[in-house]
Amino acid sequence: MDLSPIWLTLKLAAITTLLLLAIGLPLAWWLSRGRSGIKLVTEALITMPLVLPPSVLGFYLLLAFSPQNGLGKWLLHTFDVQLVFSFPGLVLASIVYSLPFMIGPVKSALQQLPVSLAQASYTLGKTEWQTFTCVLLPNIKPSLLTAIVLTFAHTLGEFGVVLMIGGSIPGVTRVASIAVYDAVEQMDYSSANNYSLLLFAITFFMVMAVFIFNKYHAKSPLE
Amino acid sequence: MITVSIEKKLRTYGGGQALKLAAEFLTGSVTKIYGPSGAGKTTLLKMLAGLVRPEKGKIVFNGETWLDTERNIDMPPQKRKIGFVFQDYALFPNMTVREHLQYATHDDAWIQRLLAVSNMTTFTSHKPAYLSGGQQQRLAILRALATKPQLMLMDEPFSALDTQIKIVLISELQHIFNELATTVLIVSHNLSELESFDGNVLYVGNQ
Repeated sequence: MDLSPIWLTLKLAAITTLLLLAIGLPLAWWLSRGRSGIKLVTEALITMPLVLPPSVLGFYLLLAFSPQNGLGKWLLHTFDVQLVFSFPGLVLASIVYSLPFMIGPVKSALQQLPVSLAQASYTLGKTEWQTFTCVLLPNIKPSLLTAIVLTFAHTLGEFGVVLMIGGSIPGVTRVASIAVYDAVEQMDYSSANNYSLLLFAITFFMVMAVFIFNKYHAKSPLE
Repeated sequence: MITVSIEKKLRTYGGGQALKLAAEFLTGSVTKIYGPSGAGKTTLLKMLAGLVRPEKGKIVFNGETWLDTERNIDMPPQKRKIGFVFQDYALFPNMTVREHLQYATHDDAWIQRLLAVSNMTTFTSHKPAYLSGGQQQRLAILRALATKPQLMLMDEPFSALDTQIKIVLISELQHIFNELATTVLIVSHNLSELESFDGNVLYVGNQ
């Protein structure tokens, strides 16, 4: 059995989750504080991947990343980077596709914290960043873990978007879900079953780990 | 001296009501604030702390302008050197008693003294979830004092304390306030519990 699609999938999910942590945490924090027209539009855009068919999202990303069009053309000419049918393209598409899974739980958890927690920190002379890292984030650990696992697991299971953006280049863009599809197309049910079982097992153990962690650590809504 | 002149619309007090206040507080003095629920007592403390912005007004602390809506000056709470005891305590669930104080100050001797005067030395490794209501309230007071504030704002700070502890704590707090020359504003529904505090009384609400 060729394990390269599994390793590639795990690599894609890990990189996507790490990048989404860096992008998603500040974004969730910003969205959790107050309301405005810009925030409403931003939140609607972030939620779109949840409701749009992956092929629609993949199609627009394909257009955007295409070397013949705006962003893709600029990236190719300026940095000699081609996103279509490449691993970096998959990472970027996965970030867009999995963004709501990182933002949603973190934003909700931040909104549920009493406002007075942050206010108390400010009156102690602490900056917004110190307050975020020392007071707010540690008190939403279960939600943060849920967001990380959901993002990772969702990226593991991507199909439509990665197929549109990356196709099925072995070792480059052929992730596990694509490998399952290819194996079924070739009537190689044994390989399809092996990939599927591995994906199922990885995802199941991750979700179980979150349930166990949250059961023993979320003693109160704030912990 | 703190000179306050503020105007703020209130959401809770029957709708369309406003808190209008012009007052002066002497440096190092204690002022006990009382009034009906929803009259804006907590809002007043939060405006002094810089946590809520009034529509109109001016706050000057010892010659330093903290707020002037006409000149668009609004000093952030971080720079006001205040201590705030929140009505809901606002303790950090992830921190132990000692970590609360260490988050506020690096002065270990001061932390030890605060723990001693409040009889909290045996609970230093406890998180708020494992403290009683009275212990939580004492921790909220200690944390506010940890920064040696020039202005101490206390919102119902003794409501969960039993009489014996309250008497001892108030006496210790008076020593500390005198030592630090801290100006103190205390909101309370029950003025009688503040009898041992020497100071002025301010009514907030409809006259």
